[in-house]
Amino acid sequence: MSSINQLDLLEAESIHIFREVMAGFQRPVMLYSIGKDSSVLLHLLRKAFYPARSPIPLLHVDTTWKFREMIAFREQVAATGDVEVLVHINQDGVRQGISPLTHGSTVHTDVMKTVGLKQALDKYGFDAAIGGARRDEEKSRAKERIFSFRNAQHRWDPKSQRPEFWNTYNTHIRKGESVRVFPISNWTEMDVWLYIQRENIEVVPLYFAKPRPVVERDGALIMVDDERFTLNEGERIEMREVRFRTLGCYPLTGAVESSADTLEKVIDEMTRSRSSERQGRVIDQDPTASMERKKQEGYF
Amino acid sequence: MAMQDPNFNSALAKGLLRFITCGSVDDGKSTLLGRLLYDAGMVPEDQLAALVRDSRRQHDDVGDQLDFSLLTDGLDAERQQGITIDVAYRYFHTVRRSFIVADCPGHEQYTRNMATGASNAELAVVLVDARKGLLPQTRRHTYICSLLGIRKVVLAVNKMDLVSFDQTTYQSIVDQYRELARDLGITEVHSLPVAAPTGDNVGVHSERTPWYDGATLLELLETIDAAPFRAEDFRMPVQWVNRPDQSFRGYAGTLCGGSVALGDEIVVQPGLHRAHVDRIVCAGADVEHAVAGQAVTLCLGREVDASRGDVIADARRPAPVADQFTCHLLWLGDVALLPNRTYWLKIGTRTINARVMSIKYKVDVNSQAKLAARHLDLNEVASCTIGLDENIAFETYATNRTLGGFILIDRHSNATVACGMLDFALERSSNVHWQHVDIDKAVRGANKGQHPLCLWFTGLSGAGKSTVANLVERKLHVLGYHTYLLDGDNVRHGINKDLGFTPEDRVENIRRIAEVAHLMVDAGLIVLVSAISPYRSERRSACELFAKGEFLEVFVDAPLEVCEQRDPKGLYQKARDAKIRNFTGIDAPYERPEAPDVHLLNTGKRAEQLAEQLVEQVIGLLRSGH
Repeated sequence: MSSINQLDLLEAESIHIFREVMAGFQRPVMLYSIGKDSSVLLHLLRKAFYPARSPIPLLHVDTTWKFREMIAFREQVAATGDVEVLVHINQDGVRQGISPLTHGSTVHTDVMKTVGLKQALDKYGFDAAIGGARRDEEKSRAKERIFSFRNAQHRWDPKSQRPEFWNTYNTHIRKGESVRVFPISNWTEMDVWLYIQRENIEVVPLYFAKPRPVVERDGALIMVDDERFTLNEGERIEMREVRFRTLGCYPLTGAVESSADTLEKVIDEMTRSRSSERQGRVIDQDPTASMERKKQEGYF
Repeated sequence: MAMQDPNFNSALAKGLLRFITCGSVDDGKSTLLGRLLYDAGMVPEDQLAALVRDSRRQHDDVGDQLDFSLLTDGLDAERQQGITIDVAYRYFHTVRRSFIVADCPGHEQYTRNMATGASNAELAVVLVDARKGLLPQTRRHTYICSLLGIRKVVLAVNKMDLVSFDQTTYQSIVDQYRELARDLGITEVHSLPVAAPTGDNVGVHSERTPWYDGATLLELLETIDAAPFRAEDFRMPVQWVNRPDQSFRGYAGTLCGGSVALGDEIVVQPGLHRAHVDRIVCAGADVEHAVAGQAVTLCLGREVDASRGDVIADARRPAPVADQFTCHLLWLGDVALLPNRTYWLKIGTRTINARVMSIKYKVDVNSQAKLAARHLDLNEVASCTIGLDENIAFETYATNRTLGGFILIDRHSNATVACGMLDFALERSSNVHWQHVDIDKAVRGANKGQHPLCLWFTGLSGAGKSTVANLVERKLHVLGYHTYLLDGDNVRHGINKDLGFTPEDRVENIRRIAEVAHLMVDAGLIVLVSAISPYRSERRSACELFAKGEFLEVFVDAPLEVCEQRDPKGLYQKARDAKIRNFTGIDAPYERPEAPDVHLLNTGKRAEQLAEQLVEQVIGLLRSGH
């Protein structure tokens, strides 16, 4: 073997990052959101420490509004037993009855995801949180370091990020501070799919087309996943052949009409796509740069 | 304009080019990059719709012209100010190649972010505004590119529409730039005239530059031969020792040079342990060999002592080993670099104490002139000598980026304060050896019937350090202990006579006092140091010279007003009258100890009482044998 291809290089870079996290921090965790990026991340995590069992646990911050198929998938991962899976739910939010349907995406995301995440990090004393964000996803993510420093209040300051040279990462922090680490920063959405194909990685079936019950709302196709969904006036549920490019809370994630029911067809469809991955994310439709603000406050 | 072409897989096979765009602020980098993405068909429809919307919102007077810079400037502050603050990474591909581009900020204030982008790039697209020609930032960025090892540049002379596409203007800028590049060792310069907003020569050939028959920017980027730099000899810094059970012991790391195969003989450096490679695990499966860039786990044929920070290397061609170097430093800290201050140096996977022993010269990055310097400020570049606590396996930066490139980390703030490139090892580092002697500290101490110890008194001038230290020494002397008092003022009459009170000199002052104290403790003495020692960093370095329990930081704490009232030497008055400068507490800082071993509040109590209190503690320690 005289040279290695781009996917091999991306894989190696990510594994290197996982190992630096393990060596540089006291108590690292991997944030597991059950999506395709998380599946790739988990695969890389296992490879990084093979043949040892992963020394880094997974944490899912459950908003209680995930698709049922996602939760089933998470339970399946936990059942394999080769990695510890922790689940945290913001119980204050549950008590207040926070719902994306009644409180809107901003409040729901802030309370159930951002606050929930901070609670979990503080509860377990995690000093490094690994996430599956990619720089090609969104403009403020394109600006973030691979090892991204957070102060004791979990805040990100985009104006004073630590310079980051070569693959030499600074893992020094003080007590209470933490770092968010993004091992697949340099991957694109296409890299992720090609890698899933090459490595035969299992992903939540929602990524593949199937007739599903959906409601058209504000131009997005929202799937009706359980009885909590309430119809607005004039709305009706119809069965359409749809799939998801990205997965979040089900009332906030738009499906796309598609007949791509296999991995090959999904990749083929992507090469023709004229829109970006996050078009279906309701939370991204907030005013410009809102992701940056959410991140500053501790959102992943 | 083809959208996300179906030939993506072939682009993947043809490899990846990492490049940066740089140049002065307002030269139009973000616009050029936005235009490049647009011309390459890489702007999805929903983002294009957002761009149209944002362009109108941002510029209500420009009609429907798109502001391509909005595609890349993603931070609120950037949009508000219309500048790029931090590097934005963008990913795109054409039929021929895939790309990662780091769009770098132009402002001098954000040079460190530009250097961050340059450290992982093989090529730089340098923009110059045709109306302005080469600006200081053009020179600065080109210099930093060359420093970080970029040898290929595409010079894009932008805003040609604003100089009527004049060939003479273009040519004179190109000529000047080529001269600069030659001086800096940049071997390959391609140049072209462009107008970013209208896309002239970006993705399509411009009809407005009939005199230019070269490639468009996109064609250049697709075709320039720029394979990533690869070191030849097999090297692997150990990241992690993988030991799940008794049956498996593997050394995990990423190859930063050469290749390794089953059966190869290796050496674990900086030591000399040799072994054969028994097993190579790469990404979860066993393989027979691995090459640079791959992350692997190596199992060795016999048990050797190897841990994180060591380098596994080809036994036939091991890496050189040394502890003193000449290097180039780019200073990134908000607080100045002070020679002789200790920082953490991270190279490969090794983190080690390091200090800059001398700044040979700093470089004026505009003129390349070599200037004398006693310290380095933000964004300054210098050639320095640097010394480490221990030997490391290394390479020159020109040979191997991973084992020749390092970062410095401030030990107090944890900030990354410099990036450095090793040039060569100093000869003395391999010629000066530690001479072993038979009589050691424990033996000398036993002879005196005591455990050697260093009591380090710190505090403001007039806080009472010397008074207390003097009383403590007298009491210890009476009890039969062998002591010596190193007083800061007295030392300045002899060994430190050449030092003043600048921050640089204070750092060196404390370093020498600490070294002398260390020798005296080695001689078996109880040493009392009385020195203001205003910086935490240097007190910490002093402490680290000693074994655990051998060093006590004693903070003689009195408020500035009290010290100023006492003013035993009349120095505060002189400082207030501006007759002396750099006086601690007045126009120079005092960094209070955060967790001193002994905290003596010297406000009401008499010095005698404080000394009693301290002697009790010290004697307790001496008797318990700490």
